[in-house]
Amino acid sequence: MTSSQRQSPTLAAITVALPMIAVVVAVMQGAAGADAELWAHLREYVLAGVAWNTVILVAGVVAIAMALGTSLAWLTAACDFPGRSFFSWALLLPMAMPAYVLAFVAVATLDYAGAVPALLRGWFGADLWLPPIRSTGGVIGVLALAGYPYVYLMARGAFMTHGARALEAAQSLGLGPWAGLFRVAIPLARPWLAGGAALVAMETLADFGAVSVFNYDTFTTAIYKAWFALFSIETALGLALLLLLFVVVALALERAARGRARYSASDSGARAALRIELTGARAWMACGYAALVFALGFALPAIALTQWAWQVAPLDLDGRYVDYALRTLGLAGMAAILCLALAIVLGYATRRAAGPVAQAAARVATLGYAVPGAVLAVGVVTALGAADQAWRTLAGGEGLWLQGTVFALLLGYVARFLAVAHGPVQGGFERIRPSLEEAARGFGLGAREVLARLHLPLLGAGMGTAILLVFVDVMKEMPITLMTRPFGWDTLAVRVFEMTAEGEWERAALPSLAIVVAGLLPVVLLTWRMERAARTA
Amino acid sequence: MVLKLHRAGWLATLLLVPLLLAGTARAAGEPLVVYTARKYQLVDELFQEYGRNRGIEVKFVTDDGAPLIQRLIAEGANSPADLFISVDAGDLWRATEAGILAPVKSPMLESAIPPHLRDPQGRWFGLAVRARTIAYSTDRVKPAELSTYAALGDARWKGKLCLRSGKHAYNQSLVAMMIGDLGEAATERVVRSWIANLAAPPFSSDTLLLKAIAAGQCDVGIVNSYYLGRLQAETPGFPVQIFWADQKAGGTHVNISGGGVTRHAKNRAEAIRFLEWVATPAIQQRFAAVNYEFPANAGVAPLPVVAAWGKFEPNLVNVGTIGRTQPAAVRLLDRAGWR
Repeated sequence: MTSSQRQSPTLAAITVALPMIAVVVAVMQGAAGADAELWAHLREYVLAGVAWNTVILVAGVVAIAMALGTSLAWLTAACDFPGRSFFSWALLLPMAMPAYVLAFVAVATLDYAGAVPALLRGWFGADLWLPPIRSTGGVIGVLALAGYPYVYLMARGAFMTHGARALEAAQSLGLGPWAGLFRVAIPLARPWLAGGAALVAMETLADFGAVSVFNYDTFTTAIYKAWFALFSIETALGLALLLLLFVVVALALERAARGRARYSASDSGARAALRIELTGARAWMACGYAALVFALGFALPAIALTQWAWQVAPLDLDGRYVDYALRTLGLAGMAAILCLALAIVLGYATRRAAGPVAQAAARVATLGYAVPGAVLAVGVVTALGAADQAWRTLAGGEGLWLQGTVFALLLGYVARFLAVAHGPVQGGFERIRPSLEEAARGFGLGAREVLARLHLPLLGAGMGTAILLVFVDVMKEMPITLMTRPFGWDTLAVRVFEMTAEGEWERAALPSLAIVVAGLLPVVLLTWRMERAARTA
Repeated sequence: MVLKLHRAGWLATLLLVPLLLAGTARAAGEPLVVYTARKYQLVDELFQEYGRNRGIEVKFVTDDGAPLIQRLIAEGANSPADLFISVDAGDLWRATEAGILAPVKSPMLESAIPPHLRDPQGRWFGLAVRARTIAYSTDRVKPAELSTYAALGDARWKGKLCLRSGKHAYNQSLVAMMIGDLGEAATERVVRSWIANLAAPPFSSDTLLLKAIAAGQCDVGIVNSYYLGRLQAETPGFPVQIFWADQKAGGTHVNISGGGVTRHAKNRAEAIRFLEWVATPAIQQRFAAVNYEFPANAGVAPLPVVAAWGKFEPNLVNVGTIGRTQPAAVRLLDRAGWR
């Protein structure tokens, strides 16, 4: 092996990390100008409070999302109960529901002035006490309902391949099904569960839309406040760096805890049709539990949205919505393909590269998911604006060359969503035994041929998961789209923003519902793939 | 192989559709390019009409004020924007501080827009006025019980006051105005007395707040009047009414939606012409009416539903000075614990 061959994976990993590196550099440069006096104020009155709130929120959301996602995945993957085949895909649908939409539906219907408490007060008297939805519990519940599908998806994938074997192993050791779940299946699924939990945690850290509806103060709302209200973008970027640092440390701790365990497993057809048959009350409890989560996370909010959308449709619905939808789908498609391609390059490069540089590059490249989209957008706009100015100084002329183009938009999406594609692709790579690769290379295949003829076919399901996760996430994305889109590139999420920014939530129902409907397509495709993979395995 | 071709075609379609859509922009005379925080549904019709009248294209993007300002800063001399439209005087002040707006000398604008609603140097002009005042339940409150913003901190409103989040610009500019009028220490006492009177945690929107008053969760609140205008238009008999605060002294707090010509405008003459067009009485009426606001041009009457709230004395401090005080107001809110 020549030295250039040894370095090329490292170079590839660094190249993939470039968008995020450019953003981080722009953020650091901005943060260098942070106002010392303002920092003192934030330290005294703001930081401790928002840090505590953020920790509570992330811990609560991750705990509930993990409990919901893992239990439902186990029920639909390893058990049988009435409605199982419906719930196995329906439980993914909340993924199409943006967290900010779920939040505004929850507050508009469940707060004191909402329809549900008004109805209950009508039945039980005006003094009826109800738990307030605008509370820490309320915001945790909403974000957990929006986030559990990530855990469910990852856990289900793992249980489908390991679940039956775990049960067999447990049985042969004389353990019951519960011990099979907790002592065999969950430990075996750990990398996937951890991946799902990390996605939920990062999404929660970066969330602005949902926490704003609840007026719950987090690190992200503090970043917005420093920028929008204290007029100090520098201080806002400083806060964002602090948040990044926190994420880096948390991820490093998680990796250290996971240790050096290897989870590669052969995928060769050991999946048996072994399911635990639930009967009687237990079967109906499982069905009721799945139905409750599906109703709260999807069915009821979708009904509320449909009702509002119906009222405003005569006012708003016209041919523009076709354009909004096509642009949304087109951008999501482009970003998904791009993120998948880069995730494969990154996964393969870190697998082949010697030395820690490629690993570090991979970590930087996938940090963006924990950063509020608005911060990334500022980084993209600043970096590309500077590039444009430099280009104009060199080449003359005027006008923008990079900023305000689709390129800027895609750069922002890659910086933000690469992690979403990287998770499943990396999981797929980890399950391919290194010995297979060695064998292929022993036949004299080059690196690219090994990738094309060995890895890509084996990555199949992981690639599908990656592409569809990014697709759905981009459809829901708001701040990057708003700040970097070219003229005339309004999407459905832009339309939601324009309505909610003016407090017209009911009118926002129409574009929100359109996002949900358009998002259903990839989610249905995803579940169909999962089912097929399970059948053919 | 067939499958592969099929897949390639699918991918190509996904990639090409948006590019085709982007290509539909018409080529015309020099377009007018606007970055606007006043949202699509409130500006699109007027932009289209102006473009038709002038035979040009009006191109615009919407976003919040702060990101649009950051976009203008980053783009610098290369920016395509001719005009920046904001929905908050604080953002306009911030834009002048960042040096992205250019002075405009226009006798027409200076006579149409009162001095407290425009920048003395002509870098921005108010185009619609939004009043932030007291809203009360018509079932449980008599207007005679109300007087000033500060009096909402009286013990009689204990557990009966609703406020929107302190993170919102409209509350920050109200507090900034109070700091100018009362001083910082007195303003902080007032804000603390409000917080002590809250019936519920602060709301994320004025609309939710007004619905909470109507539902009986609280009796009084502070809102921008146009949110009530929309609700009254939707639901005749909505049981909440407007009370004009601080009429004996000081005047009701007003903020503006306004615009300014950018420093690097490529089409400066058209941008000025557009502002002057919006300042004419006929367009002023419509610009305000679409959002139940007050026209900035004092000679123009608001919508009947808005006029029904009665005339009021606005606070005459220049709305631009509010921007300067806004960071101090935000810190005050942090200290007082207004979330």
